[in-house]
Amino acid sequence: MEQRGLGMLRLSGLLAALGMLVVQAALGMQRERTTPLSYWRDLNLWPLPLSVKTTPRLLYLSPGNFFFGHSPTSKAGPSCAVLQEAFRRYYDYIFGFYKWPLGSDKVPSAMELQKLEVSVIMNPQCDSFPNITSDESYNLLVKGPVAKLTANRVWGVLRGLETFSQLIYQDSYGTFIANESNIVDSPRFPHRGILIDTSRHFLPVKTILKTLDAMAFNKFNVLHWHIVDDQSFPYQSITFPELSNKGSYSLSHVYTPNDVRTVIEYARLRGIRILPEFDSPGHTASWGKGQKDVLTPCYHAREPSGTFGPINPILNSTYSFLSQLFKEISAVFPDEFIHLGGDEVNFGCWESNLAVQHFMRNKGFGKKIEKLESFYMQRVLDMISAMNKRSIVWQEVYDDEGKLTQGTVVQIWKMGNLRMKLSNITAAGFPVIISAPWYLDVISYGQDWRHYYSVEPLNFEGTREQKQLVIGGEACLWGEYVDATNLTPRLWPRASAVGERLWSPPEVTDLDDAYRRLTRHRCRMVKRGIAAQPLFTGYCDHEGRM
Amino acid sequence: MVLVVTPGCDQFPSLGSVENYTLTINDEQCLLLSETVWGALRGLETFSQLIWRSPEGTFYVNKTDIEDFPRFPHRGLLLDTSRHYLPLASILDTLDVMAYNKFNVFHWHLVDDSSFPYESFTFPDLTKKGSYNPATHIYTAQDVKEVIEYARLRGIRVLAEFDTPGHTLSWGPGVPGLLTPCYSGSHPSGTFGPVNPILNNTYEFMSTFFLEISTVFPDFYLHLGGDEVDFTCWKSNPDIQAFMKKKGFGDDFKKLESFYIQTLLDIVSAYGKGYVVWQEVFDNKVKVRPDTIIQVWREEIPVKYVKEMALVTRAGFRALLSAPWYLNHITYGPDWKEIYLVEPLAFEGSPEQKALVIGGEACMWGEYVDSTNLVPRLWPRAGAVAERLWSNKMVSNLDFAFKRLSHFRCELLRRGVQAQPLSVGYCDMEFEQT
Repeated sequence: MEQRGLGMLRLSGLLAALGMLVVQAALGMQRERTTPLSYWRDLNLWPLPLSVKTTPRLLYLSPGNFFFGHSPTSKAGPSCAVLQEAFRRYYDYIFGFYKWPLGSDKVPSAMELQKLEVSVIMNPQCDSFPNITSDESYNLLVKGPVAKLTANRVWGVLRGLETFSQLIYQDSYGTFIANESNIVDSPRFPHRGILIDTSRHFLPVKTILKTLDAMAFNKFNVLHWHIVDDQSFPYQSITFPELSNKGSYSLSHVYTPNDVRTVIEYARLRGIRILPEFDSPGHTASWGKGQKDVLTPCYHAREPSGTFGPINPILNSTYSFLSQLFKEISAVFPDEFIHLGGDEVNFGCWESNLAVQHFMRNKGFGKKIEKLESFYMQRVLDMISAMNKRSIVWQEVYDDEGKLTQGTVVQIWKMGNLRMKLSNITAAGFPVIISAPWYLDVISYGQDWRHYYSVEPLNFEGTREQKQLVIGGEACLWGEYVDATNLTPRLWPRASAVGERLWSPPEVTDLDDAYRRLTRHRCRMVKRGIAAQPLFTGYCDHEGRM
Repeated sequence: MVLVVTPGCDQFPSLGSVENYTLTINDEQCLLLSETVWGALRGLETFSQLIWRSPEGTFYVNKTDIEDFPRFPHRGLLLDTSRHYLPLASILDTLDVMAYNKFNVFHWHLVDDSSFPYESFTFPDLTKKGSYNPATHIYTAQDVKEVIEYARLRGIRVLAEFDTPGHTLSWGPGVPGLLTPCYSGSHPSGTFGPVNPILNNTYEFMSTFFLEISTVFPDFYLHLGGDEVDFTCWKSNPDIQAFMKKKGFGDDFKKLESFYIQTLLDIVSAYGKGYVVWQEVFDNKVKVRPDTIIQVWREEIPVKYVKEMALVTRAGFRALLSAPWYLNHITYGPDWKEIYLVEPLAFEGSPEQKALVIGGEACMWGEYVDSTNLVPRLWPRAGAVAERLWSNKMVSNLDFAFKRLSHFRCELLRRGVQAQPLSVGYCDMEFEQT
């Protein structure tokens, strides 16, 4: 029941608007890489593009007289499913809630926006999967009667379509309007991800698909699917069906190969990569239910205690099992990267096991149990390399004296010594993904989105080459307290703050402007069927469609 | 077979309603016996929770003997429809789940600074100018009737709150002159503060307005608010300064607040209503009638809430506990445990004092809550409050509670309630988005 000065908020908004107008006049209505001036009442882009130039000139759109089309010189055409599907989606997002019949006022054609012509300049990659090097840049020229969206690849077109849809608003008569604009855009970081955890709680496929929709609205391009863990193994493996038969919560809490294919293709059509994580050697309790002897039996004194620990790193059978499993995973998931986990390994169990102790002695690891972890991880990393895939691991694999394969990506999740870790790991030449400040499962009262927004990923000591090794970040929504009942409001719009931080230029940091744009973006997500929760007191025009 | 002793089907539930029931299930009979229809409702809910299904799908109920009645008569839930508008469906759905949890008071914090969604027929401009959108973000007279009847059919009282003199910014546009103009030096600053307590018009307005409220809401009690009155605006206003002098209040604005509230309470009493107020009214020593109910909501100010409960009851007033049950205060992890372990009578006092604690309310303030996240944020956490207010004081084992509450949560899912998980795990039927 905090007393919030309603007057205070209004006042600062007014001042901001005044400030904008002054600067606006000074800059002659151009702004490129400067403090964002979203002063036009309805300019509410999220994330903010690299460069936006707008004029007060209004263009009118009529649902019955607007089309998406391919430019005659485009390298992509109507056979490109990614684009055709996107055209259909975005038409619906823009006009779908249109209820009233066409007005009879004839608008001069120069003022009307009749078409968005899409032009793909290079080989479109229409039937490929997006990857870490995908070009997501685009140019959007909004003028009447034909606007132009140009991009090197279809991925840029997808990003541009989202931005285009955000430019259109309705006046109080319901007329669809867009301001004349010229937008040049490309992301700051190539890896912009959301982590979901389907082991602590099963997430129905519908929930995953909704999340992919919301990710597209926010220009996220990686879904890090932490698919299995201690609690349950919902991934239905063709090679080892007992893993899910015995390890899932129930036979209805599984992802069939068809489910997985559905998710991968749904993501692809939105320019989103699916990054699967099969975390080991820790976080694997559920694997032991369906695969005999894969987990280490813990010992009490010199006897097995009956409990089990991480994967058993000393048996050949372990590696032959893993090799077959990862061969399947490699084939099922088309992305170049596989996440191998490697976090929070409980060393106690390994240390207690007599055979493990014996193995350690033979290998000359002495008492350093980390060497055993390293030994295990290295073998798995090699397996993945042999399959022509690349690996991502959690930071412990590096911290616990990992001699990682060159090119392995390290994901940093611990807040302790964050800056130092970033410096060290990039100095050692490894690409890095940042998650530590973005654990969205850790909820608290109030506007925590501001903290997520204020993070500066490159805020650490390092050379330019080092900083280039930061390939992006991921907002993590661990599943201990999250399932389909509360996932969407917990993820959105808080993750949107991370989305802008990873897409937009580093100068885009003004919290008041962000608040203004994000509240409108949030209402837009609600309108599009995403139950994004409120940032603060207020309202959306379309309430309660939940 | 349901047997109700005392008729009363067409009445409204009240603070004094008897909710006792017994449930006897054996070979001879399946009997739900209660004093009133309200008890029968409670018994039906319990009965529905006794039924289970075998893996083959057959429904079963075990031989059972239950004698049940609530520990506290006032077991409430507060919803805030001013900071965010809640569609009517959200409110009705909440009433359903309240019934599953044996909550019996819906504390409707209808209006506040942010918006005025209540459609007043005596002052239609209040809604027209004060709501977020007078076409879409309002509660019509019909909506209100629907809420009251929907609640009644579930044995739930609707306790309407029209909070004054603070928390009233949204009233200003519809009733010019109602709010105090704040001053910056010797000139009005353009901003407004709490209700202006020195004008006769104010009390004429309140008289007419609360006559409407008294007729619209059938419960004996109205909640009149009285919390967080910011004195700065009053202080700045020269007319108020003059008034203070005239009245001999000196520099003590609590006396002015007192003056306003007392007048308001007299108005409301004249309409045959009782009232509940927030604790500031008591803390600031406003002279209230002895049958006033004080709602304790502040965790540490002016004293820890446990001490406040002692003070309120020591002064002879009935008390409602809310301070440790602000469900809008979310944190990471299973906070339902702290909520559950609150013992409302854990303060120093005589048995007579403790008898003055008539119950409590879980509060879901709306700054960060609307229909996108209301349900998972409310349930099953509010269930912890529900048991604390209904069940015996000795029922406090967390493991036992966890077992039942997590099972109940899955049952809520089965009943279509978007209740969030308590911890890792699963339900046979997971929630499917529509």
